[in-house]
Amino acid sequence: MALIETRNIDKIYSLGDVEVNALKDVSVVIEKGEFIAIMGPSGSGKSTFMNVLGCLDRPTSGSYLLEGIDVAHRDRDELATIRNRKLGFVFQGFNLLSRTSAVENVELPMLYDGIAARERRQRASAALATVGLAGREDHHPNQLSGGQQQRVAIARALVNQAPIILADEPTGNLDTKTSIEIMELLVRLNEESRITVILVTHEKDIAEFSRRRIFFRDGVVVSDETVKQS
Amino acid sequence: MINVPSIVSISLRALRVNKMRSALTMLGIIIGVGAVIAMLAVGTAASKKISEFISSIGSNILMVFPGATTAGGVRMGAGTQSTLTLADAEAVQKECPAVSAVAPVLNGVAQLVYGNQNWSTGVSGTTPSMFTAREWAISMGRVFTDQDVRSASKVCLLGQTVGDNLFGAINPVGEVIRIKNVPFTVVGVLESKGQDPGGHDQDDVVYIPVTTAQKKLFGTSFPGMIRMMYIQAVSLESMNAAERQVTDLLKQRHHIGPMQDNDFSVRNLTQILQASEQSAKMMTILLGAIASVSLLVGGIGIMNIMLVSVTERTREIGIRMAVGAKTWDIRLQFVIEALILSLIGGIIGVIFGVATAEILSVVAGWDTVISPGSVVLAFGFSGVVGIFFGFYPAYKASLLDPIEALRYE
Repeated sequence: MALIETRNIDKIYSLGDVEVNALKDVSVVIEKGEFIAIMGPSGSGKSTFMNVLGCLDRPTSGSYLLEGIDVAHRDRDELATIRNRKLGFVFQGFNLLSRTSAVENVELPMLYDGIAARERRQRASAALATVGLAGREDHHPNQLSGGQQQRVAIARALVNQAPIILADEPTGNLDTKTSIEIMELLVRLNEESRITVILVTHEKDIAEFSRRRIFFRDGVVVSDETVKQS
Repeated sequence: MINVPSIVSISLRALRVNKMRSALTMLGIIIGVGAVIAMLAVGTAASKKISEFISSIGSNILMVFPGATTAGGVRMGAGTQSTLTLADAEAVQKECPAVSAVAPVLNGVAQLVYGNQNWSTGVSGTTPSMFTAREWAISMGRVFTDQDVRSASKVCLLGQTVGDNLFGAINPVGEVIRIKNVPFTVVGVLESKGQDPGGHDQDDVVYIPVTTAQKKLFGTSFPGMIRMMYIQAVSLESMNAAERQVTDLLKQRHHIGPMQDNDFSVRNLTQILQASEQSAKMMTILLGAIASVSLLVGGIGIMNIMLVSVTERTREIGIRMAVGAKTWDIRLQFVIEALILSLIGGIIGVIFGVATAEILSVVAGWDTVISPGSVVLAFGFSGVVGIFFGFYPAYKASLLDPIEALRYE
């Protein structure tokens, strides 16, 4: 059983009279432990595809099996539960809560999973240690560098032991050196913990870290190539 | 599902971020709750005063006064005619089944002397029924007896105020005072009844047997004349029957034909006072209702601020949704935030309201009564306002699209 399987997904947006076909008949299979880069120019549908994979958006038609269960047409709250337990998000703009300490940001997914305060704190600290931020628990986002903020976001994605991390341009706001550090962290998590990483990027250098690359153009998958490990 | 303590701490943090804004929003609720409590305190005190007086005159009391005299076409006012007699009082007692007690009154003003003290006050001649009808207890000594009335004994019963003024710390029972130079033995002192609604001191009085009053103090050319009578009906329901029976009997005794005016009047004081008690209660409700309008305005203030807050925090809502917050997690967060605003405002408002009532009674001299009910009502109402006006912003927040919300700048 594949971890993720999309079957003939279409996504149509209505902008007034105009209908935009953002995804056309997209069928992709992703196995556990893969490290995938989704690439394409802007407007190619890669972000839409990411939103569907992330259960933030529902496809207009087609089915999306996550661990063999069709989640394409679940209601808001069911999708929220799936995001909470199965998916970790890393965004270009970090999307941390300001005025909230690093450890509390990491605790956030557990808060909505009804986990007791003591366990939350423990697991959040452990997740921060995993991403190399031990001792920064009480720092607020504005006291951390961009790379550190993105590490907090990765810790937040890890903390509920989600099998999948969805990273949308995770290095878009970072300099080259920090970008490489973040990518190396994702590679390490992928290799050591068998976490499936799905990355959206338009930078070739960043995509180099992946082992499989899916290219989108005009809402259609135009190529899907697996790179032989050198 | 998120647990409540976590939501409360999230909400408290959010409120602390905008301290000034939170404080101003609360101010609306503080003023509203404070106004409700202060207004109810004023209104409650007014109706309490009236109901205290109702119980001080006794229950189911009718008063009968003689009619007005007419001198050359000028009517002189109720009580100027000397038409009521002791015999009338006795007849009422005997012949009206709805009447349980009758106390005749013949009163006047006299100078009292004890030792080197003197005091001018109203002296009322009556019978012991007066004290049972008005449920008036004795604090010292005893009430004079029917025997004292029959024999026109020179005994007297002092009101609290008179006792204090003539005797100070001395026990008056058994002492002899002079009323218009006639010596009277004090047999007892009445308990205090306080002021009537007109501010008249009900304890500034001396009671003596009615017969003694007629023979020794206020004797007139018209023997047996009395100034009024207190009549107690057997029950509240029988007051109308008693009023009718007394009127019929007195008409018959005074030979008044069907077309003639009565030479006496019967007043149902309890009824009049109950009506004014009702209107005082209405006034209280009205004051409370006006004050609760300000509470409502405070609630609209909360809704306004919560709507602004939801818009400002769109991105935060998006993040929470992305990591798994469900519809009700978001709703509860904002409802509880509004609830905290209104409840803290409510607590401060209670303090503010109680303080205002205190200040009104100390500075303006108004009577105020803070009833626990009004505090609970105002505080509870502030909570309801918080939930009611917090719900719409919370509902709006919960319907945001997570993708849109995450992109919000």
